[in-house]
Amino acid sequence: MWNVFDLLQYQFMQNAFIAGSIVAIMASAVGYFVILRGLTFAGHELGYIGFAGAAGAVLLGIDPVFGLLVFTIGSAIGMGILGKEVRERDIAIGIIAMLGLGLGVLFLALYTGYAEQAYSILFGTIVGISRADVLVTALASIVVGSILLVIFRPLLFSSLDEEMAEARGVPVRMLSILFLVLVAMVVSISVQIIGVLLIFTLLIGPSATASRLVQSPARAILLGMVLGLLYTWLGIVIAAYSNWPVSFCIATLSFGVYLPVRLLSPLWSGRRRGEATNAANKARTDAQKSLAEAEKV
Amino acid sequence: MIQLLQLAFVQNALIAGTIVAILSAVVGYFVVLRAQAFATEALSDIGFAGATGAALLGGSSLLGTFVFTLLAAYGIGVLGERVRGRDLEIGMVLAFALGLGVLFLNLYTQFATETVNVLFGSLLSVSHDNVVIIAWVSLAILLVIGFLFRPLLFASIDPEMAQARGVPVRLLSIVFMLVLAITVSEAVQIVGVLLVFALIVAPAASAERLTNRPLTTIALSIVLGLVFTWGGLLLAFVGHWPVSFYISALAALSYFISLIVHRVRVPKRYKEPERPCMGCPGSSNQGYINVPVPAERASR
Repeated sequence: MWNVFDLLQYQFMQNAFIAGSIVAIMASAVGYFVILRGLTFAGHELGYIGFAGAAGAVLLGIDPVFGLLVFTIGSAIGMGILGKEVRERDIAIGIIAMLGLGLGVLFLALYTGYAEQAYSILFGTIVGISRADVLVTALASIVVGSILLVIFRPLLFSSLDEEMAEARGVPVRMLSILFLVLVAMVVSISVQIIGVLLIFTLLIGPSATASRLVQSPARAILLGMVLGLLYTWLGIVIAAYSNWPVSFCIATLSFGVYLPVRLLSPLWSGRRRGEATNAANKARTDAQKSLAEAEKV
Repeated sequence: MIQLLQLAFVQNALIAGTIVAILSAVVGYFVVLRAQAFATEALSDIGFAGATGAALLGGSSLLGTFVFTLLAAYGIGVLGERVRGRDLEIGMVLAFALGLGVLFLNLYTQFATETVNVLFGSLLSVSHDNVVIIAWVSLAILLVIGFLFRPLLFASIDPEMAQARGVPVRLLSIVFMLVLAITVSEAVQIVGVLLVFALIVAPAASAERLTNRPLTTIALSIVLGLVFTWGGLLLAFVGHWPVSFYISALAALSYFISLIVHRVRVPKRYKEPERPCMGCPGSSNQGYINVPVPAERASR
């Protein structure tokens, strides 16, 4: 019989549970906005960029979290300033992420210590989290949480309808850069549990499922947090007993819940939502077509 | 240097690297044109699960990658237009595929070094058998592209017009996804799962900034791809750092230089006018707009 209380006698398991819980809550809260603002690719790539920071920090002998924070926040600000043009942005972000990964490989090759450390940056771990890491995680999430609470309403407004928000005097650009910095911080603290490769499952998975199940933003965020906590706790317990990588366990849970919800959601969300998006898409393509024609003329 | 070339593994690396660089540059041009960078990444992540799964079962990782990416590419191609704007769904699937790969790796080997090899490539350990497979498959793919070149270009630049002219756009996009899958599988052998961007997207994205004509762009991106690969190998022999790092650093460098060159070369007056948003709530432009034509361009 799996006994969770046995597990909790070990200090490293306590650390993993505390850090994992904090990370799950913050990731779901930020993840909701990441989806709303269409930044899923950016969130995924921020993890890759962070890999260079983490590997560099290992090389210098400091805590990987600090390297992660420096690299992800730096590139988040860069992304925010570079701005809009989505198609070009995907390529630019992809190439920056590629450079980050390449640098990470270099730092790992230069690092002569145990390769285990690299392994845990890539795939996450439940055994390597120290009390200091828990402290950094808690501090970072207090910062992220309080900023998020302060900017919650304007952020929601500008995510739902950017132009209207701008017209009403919301500092849209500032908000978008600030939000990317928040994403960077959350990605940095998530890496210790989930690893750089599978950030997506903890950042996006719970919120994506939740926003299919309930409509209002507050409820979706809360449900996302509950789901994120469940995935993380279950993932850690399964990983502890099966010796599989914790990130695989969390990814499977996250995908396993998302898939049926995604496939069945048309049943309860009704047609209205689908029609609304269809209409919006049609309006958009029409506008693009007439723009293209205008250009040709 | 000459002595190095006599070593079998160096020859293998050089031949495989050259073939894959050429193929990736050609396919990459269409990837950039069709804005399928995200699909490229999705395919390589899915290939990771294939490579590690095949290794776990004792098969060839190259074949495992081929099977997985081809299946996934067929799926993406069939879904076609409906895939656009579905970053969320693609993302969830590729995250799960990566997770599977992580599990397979974990079951297959406890050695972290091998993990790093799959993820970041090991050009210097490409086997002779794989070189032969890569050469034949690449030749076949290049022939297919040569055969389909004009309709594919047309369908990539203006799918609606191509459709109206009777080009089988849907079929072409499925075929192209399959071509992309094979190219990704080969590139994974050279630079690893995580760095396929360096060979597929970076050369074409840089070349596209420097020239406009399709054939010139393709030729330039082939040259760039070869420079990255050969340069990476050469620097790795001299500097003893990983090949993948040098290739990705060269690729990123060339992309950023091309951005700067593009910006410097295109004078401000030629820049496209700000595009107003039509029909957006809150936008002052509702309905038809006159796009102002720069004086220089109009007088031509």
